[in-house]
Amino acid sequence: MENKDTIIELRSITKEFEDGFKAVDDFNLEVKRGEFVTFLGPSGCGKTTTLRMIAGLDVPTSGDILLNGKSLIGLPPYKRPINTVFQRYALFPHMNVYQNIAFGLRQKKVPKDVIDRKVTRVLDLVDLEGFEERGIHTLSGGQQQRIAIARALVNEPEILLLDEPLGALDLKMRKEMQLELKNMHDRLGITFIYVTHDQEEALTMSDKIVVMNEGKTQQIGTPEDIYNEPQNAFVADFIGESNIFNGVMTGHLRARFCGGEFACVDDYEEGTHITAVVRPEDVEITAPEKGTIVGTVDSVIFKGMHYEITVVSGRNEMVIQTVHNANVGDRVGMRVDPENIHVMLAEDHTNQFYADINKDFRLEFNGHHLDTSLTKIIRGSRRLEDGRIVDSSGETIEPSRIRILVSIQPDDIDMTDDQDKGLIQGTISNLIYKGDHYSYVIHTELEQDFVVNDEYLWNMDDRVSLMMPVDKMKFSLRRK
Amino acid sequence: MSFSRKSLGIPYAVFLLIFVAAPLIVLVFYAFTNGQGQFTMHNLSSFFSDPNTLGTLFYSFAIACVTTAVCLLLAYPVAYILAMSTIPAKSVVLMLFVLPMWINFSLRITALKEILNVLEGNLAMHPFLNAVIGMTYDFLPFMILPLFTTISKLDGALREAAMDLGADSLRTFLQITLPLSVPGIISGVSMVFLPAMTNYVVLDMLYNSTYIMGSLIGSYFAAYNWHGGSMISLILLALICLFTLLTGGGEEETARGGALL
Repeated sequence: MENKDTIIELRSITKEFEDGFKAVDDFNLEVKRGEFVTFLGPSGCGKTTTLRMIAGLDVPTSGDILLNGKSLIGLPPYKRPINTVFQRYALFPHMNVYQNIAFGLRQKKVPKDVIDRKVTRVLDLVDLEGFEERGIHTLSGGQQQRIAIARALVNEPEILLLDEPLGALDLKMRKEMQLELKNMHDRLGITFIYVTHDQEEALTMSDKIVVMNEGKTQQIGTPEDIYNEPQNAFVADFIGESNIFNGVMTGHLRARFCGGEFACVDDYEEGTHITAVVRPEDVEITAPEKGTIVGTVDSVIFKGMHYEITVVSGRNEMVIQTVHNANVGDRVGMRVDPENIHVMLAEDHTNQFYADINKDFRLEFNGHHLDTSLTKIIRGSRRLEDGRIVDSSGETIEPSRIRILVSIQPDDIDMTDDQDKGLIQGTISNLIYKGDHYSYVIHTELEQDFVVNDEYLWNMDDRVSLMMPVDKMKFSLRRK
Repeated sequence: MSFSRKSLGIPYAVFLLIFVAAPLIVLVFYAFTNGQGQFTMHNLSSFFSDPNTLGTLFYSFAIACVTTAVCLLLAYPVAYILAMSTIPAKSVVLMLFVLPMWINFSLRITALKEILNVLEGNLAMHPFLNAVIGMTYDFLPFMILPLFTTISKLDGALREAAMDLGADSLRTFLQITLPLSVPGIISGVSMVFLPAMTNYVVLDMLYNSTYIMGSLIGSYFAAYNWHGGSMISLILLALICLFTLLTGGGEEETARGGALL
């Protein structure tokens, strides 16, 4: 049965563009009436596309969108009881404030006196009384923003969609508008679906946050859930600042990461690969002998409310926020309360590393040449005669502005004794028997851990070279 | 002497003086003098009292109006469809419409004449129609380009906002796209309407014996009546100024469209 409280439901929404790019992949969401839901993610994560599909401006390739239990698929945007506040407001420049706000009501043939009354009321709501006759170009960015909100709200939509509405405002204005939007939401009781890449904005305003990355939902939850209990490394990294470590369970409620063994409150079987997340504000600096781990202060930055201290411990780095100052070069101990260590299953053991781009647009890793090039990796890109590489829209790709993230599965890496045969060398720092194969952690000379599955037994501290076939690698583009 | 930025403007000032200001002064001088060099209003009054010259003015006006309207009706859909389309070869298609302009004018009109000859038999039978066809053929790119530029520049989010607020495609076009493309319409109209009043070469080459303003001026000058011809030119100039003042703006679009040619 349909839940009465659910206003809109997205069922396995997928949006694939003509060029095969999946902007949104199997997106599921239920929004309750009156909720403030935020789609949060980096640019290109599919959050705006999802919003546009709710508005009807984009059509999903598959899946269904239900409003009050009825499908919206096939319904054009002008027939949906949903209104949008656009990213750059999209106010009609040839109309004054009154005409802009009245636009929606006029389409519905609402009588003039009712329009007048509603426009006055909504202008009052956004604190711009008496602005009816003003031209759009005479308004400041903040005022245009308010008019854009008023223009959407005056139609009394069932759902208000907001596409990064505060993106063009300066910081102070943004904070003010965040509060105002939140107040408006509380007063009106309209369901808000809000899109932003600003995690602080999302945490401040939302009842529910949907964290997205690469078209997929990463986590859905309240701001507290998302912040305190991130479900994976991406969420932990994206929401707030985090120290993220790969590690392994060493016993009951004990985990080893960052070169030390910590007590924790999440229980996994001994030997399980884990990802440990520690918030910078949760690390306590102690005397060296009292710390769980010991390190050297590498940098201290004064941030007004606190110091941000980076401590290097062995091959790891820990970022710490504290009100106490420290000096660069100090030897310090660090400890973290067990409840402040968030341990989660390493969801997969995909190895990831960044490849370099040489001046011939070819990829290199650790001084070894990878048999592929940028044009093969970036969809629709091509090399021009003058040597530049352009993407499918013809824009120049600047090799210095991008990084290529290479992913390879543990099964696809082979280990060899012959040190010159592989791309990178390292020593085996961990091994677990997994029934039919061994899972190894190889600590490389570049201070990076690789997970490799192999059916043969190697010994701890064996020095091996890793062979990674290029055809098994997956590449993705990251901006610097 | 130090070189200042002002001195860079000197060639331009000289150019303006010789090719714009001086001819204008000569034109005004001739328009208000007679053969003996004395001041007279005769040229002005004779233009407005002669039914032939007035008739020519109205005839030219009619041709220009119809030509402009036809150009606008043909160009708007072309410009709109091109500007809205997502085809990659957009600029190539646009080029196809502009391409005739790169072919010599007399060759184009001669070719058109032959076609019309075949279709109509005797060209002299439809002078008005032929004038409109010839001029539309000649001036259509001047209408398409500014319209295309204006419509391409429109923010797609505005159309989406209109749809989002409940306007269907037709209403979105009528309330958003059309009003916002008015600057393009104005510059297109001003680029077609004024030449259509005067470009009598098109008529001549189509064996058209009717007179428009351009032919009238030409005939005065051919008869060494510099004074009458100058007055008619001056009246045309006044009309042009009036038109530009009334429509205002649109210059930016003209410049952009012109740059594409």
